[in-house]
Amino acid sequence: MDTSPYEAFAEAAADGIAFDGLSATTSDGQVEVTTPETSVTAPVSAPRGGLAPVEEYITDWFFWHQHAPQAEDRWAFLRWLESAEERSVPDRYEALGDGHTRSWGQLAVTVTLGEGGERRYDLRHEADAGTPAAELTGHDDPREMRDIVEADERGRYRPLKTAPTLVDGWVFHDIDAATLLEAIEYCYPATVANWHREREGELDISHWRETMERQTGIYGVIQTWDRGEGHDHVEWVAEACCADSQCLKRREWQYDGETDLSTDGGDGAFPCREPCSVVVSAARQWTKLEGEQSRTYEFELTPSEKEQLEALVDAVADGRAAEIREADLYDGANRYRTRFLRAKLFDDEGNLCGVPTSPEE
Amino acid sequence: MATLVIAAHGSHLNPGSSSPTYAHADTIRDVGGFDAVRETFWKEEPHFREVLRTVDDDEVYVVPLFISEGYFTEEVIPRELRLEEWDPEMWDSDGTDASQATLTAADTGQTVHYCGPVGTHEAMSDVIVRRAESVTGDDEVGEGFGVAVVGHGTERNENSAKAIKYHADRIRDRDRFEEVKALFMDEDPEVDDVTEFFESEDSEALRASGRSHGRRPCEDIVVVPLFVADGYHTQEDIPEDMGLTDDYREGWATPETVDGHRIWYSGAVGTEPLMADVILERAADAGAPVGDALDRVREVTGGAALAGD
Repeated sequence: MDTSPYEAFAEAAADGIAFDGLSATTSDGQVEVTTPETSVTAPVSAPRGGLAPVEEYITDWFFWHQHAPQAEDRWAFLRWLESAEERSVPDRYEALGDGHTRSWGQLAVTVTLGEGGERRYDLRHEADAGTPAAELTGHDDPREMRDIVEADERGRYRPLKTAPTLVDGWVFHDIDAATLLEAIEYCYPATVANWHREREGELDISHWRETMERQTGIYGVIQTWDRGEGHDHVEWVAEACCADSQCLKRREWQYDGETDLSTDGGDGAFPCREPCSVVVSAARQWTKLEGEQSRTYEFELTPSEKEQLEALVDAVADGRAAEIREADLYDGANRYRTRFLRAKLFDDEGNLCGVPTSPEE
Repeated sequence: MATLVIAAHGSHLNPGSSSPTYAHADTIRDVGGFDAVRETFWKEEPHFREVLRTVDDDEVYVVPLFISEGYFTEEVIPRELRLEEWDPEMWDSDGTDASQATLTAADTGQTVHYCGPVGTHEAMSDVIVRRAESVTGDDEVGEGFGVAVVGHGTERNENSAKAIKYHADRIRDRDRFEEVKALFMDEDPEVDDVTEFFESEDSEALRASGRSHGRRPCEDIVVVPLFVADGYHTQEDIPEDMGLTDDYREGWATPETVDGHRIWYSGAVGTEPLMADVILERAADAGAPVGDALDRVREVTGGAALAGD
């Protein structure tokens, strides 16, 4: 782009500029610029020489007004990435010289300075921070992010984009702002838009009750789970699905506008504004299961067997079952231990201790 | 300029469900015509509830990548997009005629041109024919061939069957194939008996169906499922129901011989590249300023101007 930052700046200064600590006006064919450090003037027709002492401010203004996408939310996000609201231009430029990194979910975004103050970005998994880009699989088309986010490290489909199961080993290196934003949008859709709304005090939260009351079709049944008998069931849903170990969004929705959940909503950078489709689908299943009445069963277990059942539930709930070593017989969720338990306690129909599920069986 | 939003079902279980949506969106993005093209899903992200806030334009064309008018297009999508003034009457359709309605999204204030589903657009008939051409590898396919257009069936929605019959009728009227049938998974005429519907005119099935056209029996039958994406129904159910294979995991040949007929099973029509044309047609019908994007998309997808009526 040949419109140099200086000419563009001098032209815009006719309407007055106040940005990032700089102010500028024009009079009598001169552009007058004041920064916290100095004041300079230069001819509007040939501003470059006179404005050279405030070059960083000029290129900063130029990037944010000519290069950066102007959509309010994405603009604010790019500013946040380089902590623009907290740091002066000279401080920022010094930091960007080495690269300034912030995390967004499991992403690490590093901002550096390119030619003429243009920002360049490096986007990768936070686990790859510090790895030379050349050692990672390089990408430059944001659509390729769709392939990266599709499966976890075991090749299983990721139905929830904000699950903390993003694979590492890839990088979008030296990309521009538009490419960065598009790649992030494919990785964590709508998170920038909702983060911005929250910062502006405009996040439209739909709590559990109103979200479930909105459901129809096969999900209409979920409304019947709210029986005016408290909201323990929603606490359990939030603990099951929305903990940081399961989803990186920070849950902001509650039981309803008056009733907060006591379950921790997490520490994520971006908010969750309503129960997502995974929660809604799971809630449908739980609504059906929780419609059952409890019964009293009698099982004979050794103390270790009771503890082993608890260890099994923990291992599955924490996604640890596949990691337990084959010969780690100290772990109750070990496969041999579990097979032994089944061989000993299950009858031919798969009933624990031979106790039928229904008494009529 | 404006943004195109393609609204599809998506899946919590099957990553292939959203693949056609992304593929067609990429095709349209690559030819221009819109400031931006975005995908949105019921079961994936961005969800219908949140897609509009990621769109810069005030003018948005929403095209549902669904086969029929019904629960999703008439109720779920408008509700989740917060098109509060929506009423299915605005489409003034008897099941296959929806064009568009212009509404305002309550949370963003954007003007949303809410289009009818791709599945009932007349250009969809061309996609089905294209599917027959691509699966047989013959651009002139027709003589000696029958076509079965397969749908889910009514279940909750009678319009589901209407869309299938609508295209079967349109393709039959072109007189290109020996016979064209609308078949269903869960109602008569059932896809399980596909070969019976392409026997000679005095065959039992034809007499029972009352649809004898005095045609010759078709040794070759192209079967095109009118589904948006390949998944459980198109890759497991239908192939097993038709007898292409006893176990879908073992696959089947194309063509596969069943009861003396060669069955050319195409897989979901929604994966055909020409679908991108239909999406653009929907938006253009709703007034989207697509310019010559339709021509450029056709260069990519090999489409022709609408075969038309």
